[in-house]
Amino acid sequence: MQWEAVIGLEVHVQLATKSKIFSGASTAFGAEPNTQACAVDLGLPGVLPVLNAEVVRMAVMFGLGIHAHINQTNIFARKNYFYPDLPKGYQTSQMDLPIVGKGYVDIPLDNGEMKRIGVTRAHLEEDAGKSLHEDFHGMTGIDLNRAGTPLLEIVSEPELCSAKEAVAYLKYIHGLIRYLGISDGNMAQGSMRCDANVSIRPKGETTLGTRAEIKNVNSFRFIEKAINFEIERQIDVLEAGGKVVQETRLYDSERDETRSMRGKEEANDYRYFPCPDLLPVVISDEDLRAIKEALPELPEQKRQRFMDKFKLSEYDATILTEERETAEYFEQVASQCGDAKLAANWMMGEIAARLNKNNLEITESPVPADRLAKLLSRLKDQTINGKGAKTAFEALWEGADDVDAVIEAKGLKQVTDTHAIAAIIDDIIAKHPEQVEQYKAADDAKRKKMIGFFVGQVMKASKGSANPGQVNQLLQQKLS
Amino acid sequence: MALDRSDVEGIAHLARIAINEQDIENTTATLKDILHMVDQMQAVNTDNIEPLAHPLELVQRLRSDEVTEANQRDHFQQLAPQTENGLYLVPKVIE
Repeated sequence: MQWEAVIGLEVHVQLATKSKIFSGASTAFGAEPNTQACAVDLGLPGVLPVLNAEVVRMAVMFGLGIHAHINQTNIFARKNYFYPDLPKGYQTSQMDLPIVGKGYVDIPLDNGEMKRIGVTRAHLEEDAGKSLHEDFHGMTGIDLNRAGTPLLEIVSEPELCSAKEAVAYLKYIHGLIRYLGISDGNMAQGSMRCDANVSIRPKGETTLGTRAEIKNVNSFRFIEKAINFEIERQIDVLEAGGKVVQETRLYDSERDETRSMRGKEEANDYRYFPCPDLLPVVISDEDLRAIKEALPELPEQKRQRFMDKFKLSEYDATILTEERETAEYFEQVASQCGDAKLAANWMMGEIAARLNKNNLEITESPVPADRLAKLLSRLKDQTINGKGAKTAFEALWEGADDVDAVIEAKGLKQVTDTHAIAAIIDDIIAKHPEQVEQYKAADDAKRKKMIGFFVGQVMKASKGSANPGQVNQLLQQKLS
Repeated sequence: MALDRSDVEGIAHLARIAINEQDIENTTATLKDILHMVDQMQAVNTDNIEPLAHPLELVQRLRSDEVTEANQRDHFQQLAPQTENGLYLVPKVIE
């Protein structure tokens, strides 16, 4: 049977505020345990939460970034459950009236097309503390520094059909929150976390299958692997005549598998109710307008501008604008070298491959944008040819900092002096009388193929420094 | 709304409240009375009335994003039964 996967993602984004969502305690990462957990975060009796204005502004920015309806009146609710890293016995969250309503994002697919993915909602909530299960004489250690850190939970519609699409969606969200400056999106430090709801159904079926929820996967690569594993597992279960159980599963990256988290899971009953400690949050038209006006250029706006200004394809423009730093790097190279197509090809070819291989971000590239622009300028003004540019780039990647000095030192300068090239050509023609005879006897179609031999010989004799176009032209003149 | 003994036991478990065997019957009856009152309220026609999330018709005040709390860990940890290396210690929560 043909199966299709249906995936919905819940993404938790830590908002980059200085203080917590309901208290004035610091949110800085990596402090000594419990030094940033105040009376409000600890849920001591008699304390009252006061909402952080910046949290509201950031959530609205995100909502505007995904074309969502903003609920200008929104409400906090209590989600009740007991766990030691949640000292109040409830998480303050939003249920019925979240700050961000329905919206959407457009993501690039592998085939070069775009797909629109619905975002159901995004709501504000507080993070819990951390439980450390290492050796404390059989006890668990609790660090509440993270308790009360503001989170935006972004819930997608179940409209993603593969692990690849899920990753493309996540990358878009990751890029967007960084464009907006509302989160650093650092997955390794937990600033962006992802739960995936995965189910499968026979292809063409419209009702959803039973889903399993994969919790807390912390890198793009692991999300792709975890979802792929889970899809295969569910297919195996169904094809063996079994049933998929609705449950929470944990991804084990070392074994590349998902495992059931609890043998017997109690049905969740969080008994949500409006939080009596917090009044309804009202965002005035004026505030909403001010936030809208202050929005930076969004990835999709940059994408459109790159398509208009640099004549890039939608797919190329999407890839280049996914992360703000990449887009800025590209734009600098394209503007300085004056050839956007050339810049785009190098960004998605040489630069992407090298960054990927060395596991580096664009900001860590050993070749800064102005240096690459200079190299591409030399390629464009024919000082060097394509092969020379690659050799020079290699040296720049290894740390050389002066493009012209590299070209000089490695003898990469292209010979465009007609006399010099003509002399080499005469020499080659003299050395290969047989091939010259064959060429002269051949028809036009064959000649086109045969000339490649001479071009190759001349390029070799010039140690790759001749201009291939010029060589071709001169050869045709001399051989006719 | 019907409410029986197992509902009361379920709610008690979710709230981590231990109820004596002999109290369950009494508690069930009390909760039934409360639910009866809720039923009466549900029966009122509220078609043209805006839902109210809070009894006070006020709007949440916001604070500016500033760190105003100093570290008072030592002070707070005097309340805890057990601490180590700055951590609060609790009975192990996973198997």
